[in-house]
Amino acid sequence: MIEARGLTKRYGPTVAVDDLSFSVAPGKITGFLGPNGAGKTTTMRLILGLDRPTSGTVTVEGRPFAQVAQPMRHIGALLDAKALHGGRSAYNHLLCLAQSNNLPRVRVEEVLGLVGLTDVARKRAKGFSLGMGQRLGIAAALLGDPQILMFDEPVNGLDPEGILWIRNLMKALAAEGRTVFVSSHLMSEMENTADHLLVIGRGKLIADCTVEEFIAANSQLTVRVRTPQQDQLTKLVATAGGTVRENGDGTIVISGLEPRQVGDLAYDNSVRLHELAPAQASLEQAFMELTASSVEFHAGVPGVPGELAGLAASAGKEA
Amino acid sequence: MATTVAPAPPAGATSLPRAAGRANFAGALRCEFTKIRSVRSTYWTLFALAVACVGIGALFSWGEAAQMARLANGAAGPFRAGVGPGGPPPASVIAHIRAVRVGRAASVSLFGLLIGQLIIVVLGALTITAEYSTGMIRTSLATMPRRGTVFASKAVVFGAVALVVGLITSFLAFFAGQAILSTQHISTTLGHPGVLRSVIGGGLFLAVCGLLSFGLGALLRHTAGAIATAIGLLFVLWILGNFLPSPPSGWFGQADLDKWIPFNAGSGIWQNQINGVHPFSPWVGFGVFCGYAAVILLAGLILFRQRDA
Repeated sequence: MIEARGLTKRYGPTVAVDDLSFSVAPGKITGFLGPNGAGKTTTMRLILGLDRPTSGTVTVEGRPFAQVAQPMRHIGALLDAKALHGGRSAYNHLLCLAQSNNLPRVRVEEVLGLVGLTDVARKRAKGFSLGMGQRLGIAAALLGDPQILMFDEPVNGLDPEGILWIRNLMKALAAEGRTVFVSSHLMSEMENTADHLLVIGRGKLIADCTVEEFIAANSQLTVRVRTPQQDQLTKLVATAGGTVRENGDGTIVISGLEPRQVGDLAYDNSVRLHELAPAQASLEQAFMELTASSVEFHAGVPGVPGELAGLAASAGKEA
Repeated sequence: MATTVAPAPPAGATSLPRAAGRANFAGALRCEFTKIRSVRSTYWTLFALAVACVGIGALFSWGEAAQMARLANGAAGPFRAGVGPGGPPPASVIAHIRAVRVGRAASVSLFGLLIGQLIIVVLGALTITAEYSTGMIRTSLATMPRRGTVFASKAVVFGAVALVVGLITSFLAFFAGQAILSTQHISTTLGHPGVLRSVIGGGLFLAVCGLLSFGLGALLRHTAGAIATAIGLLFVLWILGNFLPSPPSGWFGQADLDKWIPFNAGSGIWQNQINGVHPFSPWVGFGVFCGYAAVILLAGLILFRQRDA
């Protein structure tokens, strides 16, 4: 269990993390979403005590991480696969970490086997590919058999095989009852893996819910319709309380009505339908809408124009 | 994505036995020893240290012996032909020259430490700055968040390695130098007063130089900056001290100032040739030198604990 209360981190005038309060529950994969620069990595660094919060607290199993008796038994973290001395072999890298927590030496062999690096264990880490480096980082995270696993953008730059491997690993770890806290800016990735979502934008928490709730709350269910009697259906829908938007490809998108209601409406009024399809917004869309609005809200504040805000806003409009 | 063959699901994660263990200072020491012994830079720096100290000491000893030979046969010195009467000086004079040279035999053989200090500061700085330059510090502190423990274990392990290698180097340089000096009967032995202190002091001096640099590394978190600063404190200050003009009479004497220069204070324990006129006694001077290192280490520890990693 990770608990943050009013967690805030400022770097000079920049507020990286702004009054975050959340908890990460065990036995699930909690996705930590946000555009680049939203404060995900800073939050993880605060949890690990790498950075000191400007204000607020964050605890791991009820204590600040630095006071935990067996740090590696509590949290295994992979923040940056390149955060190691490249001149050291994979084996020695893991060995020194294991020794710092008095973990048995045999554990090093076990995690090397688990991530499939046994054959290159004696090679210096600087020669490792991105995927191998990522596996070494995960091996380090698993060394202490921790209750909480924290991964920062673990699939960045990985090939599909590597992505699938990490996804399966996270699911296996959560299934064992562990807390898995994983950050990403890829909504599609979270849609496939996460049970619970924490969404942040510009350092602020903007959603804390399950994946389904997130989609339901942040996107409208729409109905795509193709009909030769478009004008007539448009009027009927407006009367029934829905809104219509032209798609440009000869279809219209109706929001505010269930697909069943649209079908009944057409049947009752003898409107011919050539196509009727419910369109569930994806997590990607929901995320774009959410962060775009948070960005619009912030963009008006003088003195904080925010390059990222602009990027996110334009990305939101395109979507 | 569905078409790619995924590796076997990591079912192993479930089958691993529960790991045991508790983080403490002993574990941190083992961790740091593994770190220092598992990178090549350690071996290169320590090898260079030994070669420089023993090699330069041997070179100076050879020069001392060669000059002694020339003095003894009248080819050099005030007795040489054209200046003095020519021919070898009287036996009493030769005995006096030998006595003087026996008195500085330990210093001559250890002269390489003047350069050795510049090498050990590289390893001292790297011990902590390499953590920052490689990013390892984030992994180190994420697995062992008690920073005081991390800092202290690093300092202890590096200090112990530097002391052991420094002592070995110092003794090697001493024995190599004495072997060369003995050809002209101007060598000394560990039994002479102050000689054993000099040789052990050489190892101590190197270790403290390294620790001072380690402290600078913690303060600056930058390899080149820490090494440059360490060399400035240990070497450049000493050179400047030798070249600065004497203050006007009536002011405090220059020697009073010179003795506080780190090298002058710290090196009295292993040599008696290149200090100011009124140096500290060997152990007091070394105490002052340790004081400098302690202040820098303490400042490094405070910042290491406070700063974001």
